[in-house]
Amino acid sequence: MSGGGPLGSLRRIGAMMRKEFLQLLRDRVSFATMIMIPLLQLVLFGYAINTTPRHLPTAVLAHENTSLTRAILASLENTKYFAVTHHPRTEAEAERLMRSGDVLFVVEIPAGFERAVRRGENPSMLVAADATDPVASGSALAALRTLVDTAMTRERFIVEGGPRGSGLEDQPPAFEIITHARYNPAAVTQLNIVPGLLGTILTMTMLIFTALSVTREIERGTMETLLAMPIRPVEVMLGKIAPYVMVGAAQATLIVVAGIVLFDVPVVGSLGLLAALTGLFIVANLSIGYTFSTLAQNQLQAVQMTFMYFLPNILLSGFMFPFAGMPQWAQWISETLPLTHYLRMVRGILLKGATADDLVYDMAALTAIMLVAMLIAVSRFRQTLD
Amino acid sequence: MSAAAQDTPVPVPVPVPDDAIEVEGLSKSFGERVVVRDLSMRVRRGQIYGFLGPNGSGKTTTIRMLCGLLTPDAGRGTCLGLDILTQARAIRRHVGYMTQKFSLYADLSVRENLEFVARIYGVPDPVGAARAAVERLGLTGRDRQLAGSLSGGWKQRLALGACILPSPQLLLLDEPTAGVDPKARREFWAQIHELAAEGLTVLVSTHYMDEAERCHEIAYIAYGELLAQGTVEDVIARSGLVTWSVTGADPAALARELAALPGVEMVAPFGTSVHVGGHDAAALEAAIAPYRQRPGLDWRADAPTLEDVFIDLMTRSKDNFAKDGAGKDGRR
Repeated sequence: MSGGGPLGSLRRIGAMMRKEFLQLLRDRVSFATMIMIPLLQLVLFGYAINTTPRHLPTAVLAHENTSLTRAILASLENTKYFAVTHHPRTEAEAERLMRSGDVLFVVEIPAGFERAVRRGENPSMLVAADATDPVASGSALAALRTLVDTAMTRERFIVEGGPRGSGLEDQPPAFEIITHARYNPAAVTQLNIVPGLLGTILTMTMLIFTALSVTREIERGTMETLLAMPIRPVEVMLGKIAPYVMVGAAQATLIVVAGIVLFDVPVVGSLGLLAALTGLFIVANLSIGYTFSTLAQNQLQAVQMTFMYFLPNILLSGFMFPFAGMPQWAQWISETLPLTHYLRMVRGILLKGATADDLVYDMAALTAIMLVAMLIAVSRFRQTLD
Repeated sequence: MSAAAQDTPVPVPVPVPDDAIEVEGLSKSFGERVVVRDLSMRVRRGQIYGFLGPNGSGKTTTIRMLCGLLTPDAGRGTCLGLDILTQARAIRRHVGYMTQKFSLYADLSVRENLEFVARIYGVPDPVGAARAAVERLGLTGRDRQLAGSLSGGWKQRLALGACILPSPQLLLLDEPTAGVDPKARREFWAQIHELAAEGLTVLVSTHYMDEAERCHEIAYIAYGELLAQGTVEDVIARSGLVTWSVTGADPAALARELAALPGVEMVAPFGTSVHVGGHDAAALEAAIAPYRQRPGLDWRADAPTLEDVFIDLMTRSKDNFAKDGAGKDGRR
C-alpha cells in the first residue's frame, strides 16, 4: 500500500489543510492581522485621492453628422479630457460599451440638432458619464461647461447674435448639455473606494500569507521532513492554499458587509456572481503568492517580493489612479495584474449591475493569469533538496 | 526525477531481499566540492548499522541520497529493494527519516504532530494511532503541549516516535542523540535495539564511540569517502594499528616528547596515561625502547580502541586529501 489513487491524494491534502489551519489559528498575530487589515484600510482609505485624468474613452452616438456636430466633437477632444474611441450605432450598443467599462462617457447627439440650433430652439445634447470612479469622470464633466462656448465660437456664423465678447453674453446658450452621472449620481468616492479596497486587501493578505507558508517550512527545517514524506508537490500546494481561500472569503464578506453598512454601497448586480469571481481572484492571488514562496530563500525575501509585486498593483490597477488616464505601456502592465481585472468586475457587478456576459474578457484574463501562476508554482516546487 | 534505469527494472517490493540498503559508487558534489565520493555500502535487514565520521564528512548527504531527498550525481542502488533513483516516492512510504535538527512542527502540539504524520502516511485511524504513540512514548499528559516547548530529550523521543508511527521497514537516523543527556541516550538505544529485534533495519549516524559499539556493524566515512566498514572487532583488527599505553608523571610532557619520535604515528593523552600507536610494530617498539627504561613509567601493550582507529583513519585520509590538492574542507 504505497497510498496511491485519488483517495490517498485527497487524504494527504486534507492532512496538510488541517495542519495549516491549526498553525494559522495558533499564530494569533497573523490571525489578528487578517481581520484588522481590512477594517483599518476601509476606515482609513474612505477618503479620496484626487487626480485629473485625461483622454478618457468616449463613445459618440450621433444621430446626425453636420458641421456643428463635428465642431462639438472637435471641441470635446480639445478639452483633452475626452478621446472619442467608439461610434456605436444604437443606444443598446452604447449602453453595453459603458457597462463593460470600455468607455467612460457616452455622448448622444439627437437628430436634427443643427437645425434646432439654427432655429434657436435651444436643443439638448446628452453626455452620460460612468461615475463609478468619480475621480476619473469628475474633472471631465466640469470641463463640459466651457464646451458650448468653444463649439459656438467656431461655428459662430450659425448663431443669430454677434460674436462673443460683444455685449451679448447674457443671451441664453445656443444649446444645452445634459449630463448624467451614471451609476454613482452623487459622485460618492466611497462607492469606488470600497470595491477597490476589496481587491487590494485580498491581494495583500493572500499574497503575504501564502508567500510565507513555504519559506517558513524551509526556514524552520520542517521542509526536510515534509519532503521525506510520501506527499506530492501538488498536494502540498493545494493543502496549503485551501485554508487561505476560506480566510479570503471571510475577508471579502467582511468588506462587502462593511461597505454596505458604513458607506451604503449599492449592490446592483448578483452577489452570487461576485462571490464566484472573488473565489477565482483569491485562488489567482494564492497561486502567485505560492510561486513567490518557491522563489524566495527565506521569509524576509518572500515579504520583500510580495511588496515589490504589490506596488504596481496599487498604482496601476486603477485602484488609486484611473486606469484610463495611464499611458499605453502602463496599461499593458496593468492588464497582467489580477487586481486590474478584479476591480473592473467588482465595480461592474456592485455598481453597474454587470452580468457574466459583460465581464467575459476580464474573467478569461484572470483565469489565464491564475493558471500560469499555478503552473509555475508546481513546477518550481522542488521535491528534493538538490 | 533524473533519467536512470538502464539496469534491469527492479521488481516491486513484495519478495523482500536480504539487503535493506545496497548502493554502489554513489557520488555527490555541491558545485566544485565533492561531498560524497564513490561510496558503496550494504546493510542487511534487521541490523543496526552505525555511520561514523567527523563533521562534514558526508554522512547527512549520504542519508539524504538514500531516502531520495538528494539525487546522486553518479552511482546506483536500492533501498528496500526499490531503486533510489526512480522509485524515491515508494521508498519514502517505507522509510522513517529523522533529521539532525528537530523538524516537526514546533507550533503544533505533540498529538497534532503525530496525527499529521499518521494522516500523510495513510495510517488507518490516525487519531487512535497518535494516541497509542503518545502512550508508548511516555508522553501521556503532555500530548497537548506544543512540540517546540519540549526539552531536548523529549523532542528527540517525539521525533523518533513520529518516525516509527507509520511502521517503516527502515529507519534513517541522522545524529539522533546529539545534545541529548546520557540517560536519554541510553533509553534511546534500548529502544533502537528493541525495534531491530522486531525486524526493523536502522542506519544511525553518530559521533559517539560508545554508540558505535552498540551497533551490529559500522562504517567510517571521512571527507566523503568510506574508509572502513564491518563489525567493531573487524574494523579494529583490520586497522593494523599497534598501541601501547604508558602511565606516569606529567603525561602532557611525555606525550609531546613521544609525538616527535619516528615510528610513532599517534599519541593521545587519556587522563593519567598516554596512548601511543603506529602501524609498524618494530619501529614503534624501537622508538619507545629508551622510554621503557625510564623509572616511574609503566608501559603496557594494549589493543587499539575504536577511537584510535578512527583518528588514525581520519589523519591518514586527510593527508591523502591534502595531497590530492582537492583543498577546501567539506562542511555538510
